[in-house]
Amino acid sequence: MKWELVIGLETHVQLATRSKMFSGSSTAFGADPNVHADAVDLALPGVLPVPNRQAVAFAIRFGLAVGANISRRSWFARKNYFYPDLPKGYQISQFENPVVQGGEIVFQAEGKACRVPLTRAHLEEDAGKSLHEAFHGRSGIDLNRAGTPLLEIVTEPTLRSVAEAVAYARTLHQLVTWIGICDGNMQEGSFRCDANVSVRPMGQVEFGTRCEIKNLNSFRFMERAIQYEFERQVEWIENGGTVVQETRLYDPDRDETRAMRSKENAQDYRYFPDPDQLPLCIDEAWIAAERQHLPELPAEMAQRLRDQMGLSAYDAGLLTVSRGWANYFLELVTGTGMDPKLAVNWMTGELAAMLKRADREISHCPLQPAQMLGLLRRIQDGTLSGKMAKEVFEILWEEGGEADQIITARGFMQVSDLSVLESLIDELMAAHPDQVAEFRSGKEKVFGFFVGRAMKASGGRANPAQLNTLLRDRLKGNH
Amino acid sequence: MADSLDENTLTVLARLSGLELNALERASLPDQFDSILTLIDRLQEVDTRAIEPLAQAFDHCMRLREDEVTSQNQRDLFQSLAPELVDGLYLVPNVME
Amino acid sequence: MDLNRTSLTALAQGLRSREFSSVELTRTYLERMAAHSSLGCFITVDPERSLLQAKAADARLARGESTPLMGIPVAHKDIFCASGWLTTCGSRMLSNFVAPYDAHVIQRFNEAGAVILGKTNMDEFAMGSSNETSFYGPVRNPWSTDRVPGGSSGGSAAAVAARLAPLATASDTGGSIRQPAALCGITGLKPTYGRVSRYGMIAYASSLDQGGVMAPSAADIALGLTVMAGFDARDATSVACPEEDFTAQLARPLEGLRIGLPRQYFGEGTSVAVTKRIEEALEVYESLGARRVVVDLPHSDLSVPVYYVLAPAEASSNLSRYDGVRYGWRASQYGDLGEMIARSRAEGFGAEVKRRILTGTYVLSKGYYDAYYLQAQRVRRLIQQDFLAAFEQCDVLMGPTTPTTAFAFGAKGGDPVEMYLSDIFTIGVNLAGLPGMSIPVGFDEVGLPVGLQIIGPHLSETRLLGVAHRYQQATDWHERVPALVQGGERG
Repeated sequence: MKWELVIGLETHVQLATRSKMFSGSSTAFGADPNVHADAVDLALPGVLPVPNRQAVAFAIRFGLAVGANISRRSWFARKNYFYPDLPKGYQISQFENPVVQGGEIVFQAEGKACRVPLTRAHLEEDAGKSLHEAFHGRSGIDLNRAGTPLLEIVTEPTLRSVAEAVAYARTLHQLVTWIGICDGNMQEGSFRCDANVSVRPMGQVEFGTRCEIKNLNSFRFMERAIQYEFERQVEWIENGGTVVQETRLYDPDRDETRAMRSKENAQDYRYFPDPDQLPLCIDEAWIAAERQHLPELPAEMAQRLRDQMGLSAYDAGLLTVSRGWANYFLELVTGTGMDPKLAVNWMTGELAAMLKRADREISHCPLQPAQMLGLLRRIQDGTLSGKMAKEVFEILWEEGGEADQIITARGFMQVSDLSVLESLIDELMAAHPDQVAEFRSGKEKVFGFFVGRAMKASGGRANPAQLNTLLRDRLKGNH
Repeated sequence: MADSLDENTLTVLARLSGLELNALERASLPDQFDSILTLIDRLQEVDTRAIEPLAQAFDHCMRLREDEVTSQNQRDLFQSLAPELVDGLYLVPNVME
Repeated sequence: MDLNRTSLTALAQGLRSREFSSVELTRTYLERMAAHSSLGCFITVDPERSLLQAKAADARLARGESTPLMGIPVAHKDIFCASGWLTTCGSRMLSNFVAPYDAHVIQRFNEAGAVILGKTNMDEFAMGSSNETSFYGPVRNPWSTDRVPGGSSGGSAAAVAARLAPLATASDTGGSIRQPAALCGITGLKPTYGRVSRYGMIAYASSLDQGGVMAPSAADIALGLTVMAGFDARDATSVACPEEDFTAQLARPLEGLRIGLPRQYFGEGTSVAVTKRIEEALEVYESLGARRVVVDLPHSDLSVPVYYVLAPAEASSNLSRYDGVRYGWRASQYGDLGEMIARSRAEGFGAEVKRRILTGTYVLSKGYYDAYYLQAQRVRRLIQQDFLAAFEQCDVLMGPTTPTTAFAFGAKGGDPVEMYLSDIFTIGVNLAGLPGMSIPVGFDEVGLPVGLQIIGPHLSETRLLGVAHRYQQATDWHERVPALVQGGERG
């Protein structure tokens, strides 16, 4: 039987606020345990939550970016359960009527365009962390993360392959970082996904029973966990089993998913409106203001780069992978007269490779766009050959400075002086009469021999285009 | 409206409530619950189909906080109240089963 | 000074004129509290800490600072967190909890120069109407020590009644200020919801809880409320209205005042003595120029069922934070994590608290949420609409605060609902978020006090206090003190 995979994703996006969702504690990552846990985060008796305006603003911005409806009036609700990393014994979240309703994410997967409708995106607070190592079978609770604002973004179950799920998640990651509501740091847990996975016989309308895989904090883990879960469910059903609805965890070391304790599945969260708060109201003026804050979105910018600069869809996609890349590119080509194609080639080639080798983001690139532009100009005007440009690039990366200054100081000037090239070719032809004869008898292969020798003789500085023309003319005796 | 409280329901309620119940409580709670349920079942007397629920006496819009870090590190003070600590962490029985 | 006859204004005058110092005054009250410790009014007394504050107040007085409460000792219900003070909320769960911060209310009193006299006894987590659910034992009604003082603010009410404190803070979720004020023969005010910040006031039912104040007279309460009321950005439900001087309209005449008498507050179930005293009080009001209007609160008999859905629902969630992880009671013996939490809570909470947590869990759980919780919220709106409609016909509402005077210990011990029904006249005010008062209007045949409830529209505290004050100028019920503190008590 052929099986169809059905996936819905719930993504927890940590919002890039300075302070927490309901308290004035810092959201900074990496502090000593419980240093960023104030009276409200610790749920001391008598404390009260007051929501962070910026977190709501970020949610509105996201809603606008995905074309969703923004609820003008909503309530925060309490989700009740006991867990030591949940200090109040309830999580403040949204249940009915979340801030963001509907909308969609559009992306490419396996060569085709996909549109994934979103069910909702709601604001909530994060829990703390339980640490299990080295406490003699006991757990230590760190509440620094408790109360950090999250936007939980939920899709409809319309994803049909592992590739689609991963492409969706990458696109969402690109979007939330692009519009500046999330730092996107997956290692620190700023962007993590839960996947609802089920299978059904191809053609069947009803959904199969789903399992929820929690806390996938890398695209690679997501890919492997869903693939594993797909195979597990299919194998289980084909062997006569029935999938039970449960929560599972992906173990990257063993590359498998495992069921969490069944108690989790017998929960009744008793959602009800948080009586410590009043309705959350969002008026037209606020929405209009957030619309002003929204930058040109990646898809729109990619289209513009294609239309205005004639870039390929592929190049435009690469350049709009992040705000950092896009801004870098725009600085190179806006009002500079720089050839966009040349800029793209260098960014996606040398620059990307170097950043990857150095494990750096473009936002931390040692080479400023102005420096890069200085280099590209000398390539564009023919001063530097490709080979020389790479050398200059490496010097710029390692030592900084300006391209022109490096070219002058180290003699990276390309030889374009015709008389110099001519005398160089004449000497070569005189030294290799046999090869000249061969060429003239129609064996064009030896042309490469002359190019190589000429380049070598010029110390690699001959302008390749000029050399080519000149050499061909001379060999054919056309003068 | 509600059924009286059977043993099983009481067990579920106790678990959701995070409460261990002793034998005496298990014996006496069902009767007390019946009495409470009789009281609150009177709510079913009223037709409220056209009425919006009222969660707060004033349901006007909520003020929001500006995004500012206003809390200082008071870990030592707060942790002076803790039953058990290690290295600045609150210590509990293993959370993994 | 005669503590049985003094007022806040007189005490403040004495402090300003250096007739006595705050240290002397505080010491006098502390001695009186010690002499009457058998009433059980206080959970925590810390004379050293109090006297230190008094000394600081004396220094401020010497510098010429003279806010109305500078140097005045005030008793605080143990529901308010006070930095450095054991703050138990009447529960074993918090029997080791030394608050690391000040409630907004405490902060305001501290800034005004008042002295914390001690933390008063209360029903556990404010759940009770008799003060019998306190982990720290009962409070005795000073008018008859085999009777309850009412609850949950029983300690504050009894302390004021016995003049162990000139002013006490309290809180009211379903009547916890007005009912004990009535049973103890003092004046109590529950402000409009949102008027006093709930920050640092330990939550029972957040949408109903409201801090307030108790004193012998409305004039004293006006001074106390002026200090404690005010906007607080840390409480999202705090009402942003300008600071008010609640003493401003105390003397306003009552000519033309329309007193609404809800039909439903004058029926069977109210004792003969209570009914008579209320009628006499209304006659006094008429003599002061007010007139009566009969009004209807058609859904008022559903206020108790609504309350016993909503309050337990909110409480079940509010009290989930007590899990023995970060502070509070932790069981000494346990196995796994679930057992640690469930046993710590089982040991830390008393019977009534557990009953309400279980009830709250029940009404919020799958299958019951709509029928109980949402239905209760809908009826809550009907109840609020009843009040708003009534206020189109009258300026204030009046009626008995309680159906009977103080009952004996254990009298309502069997069926919890019997106790719940004693709040029948007070609960509606909380559901509607209105301000309400209770003032003493005489005694029953065995000498137990009777309270008149006065209810006003939202944010009408200034008017309410004036209505109470004019009555108190015409009568002296609020000046009566129980026999057990009469004579030989001069400090």
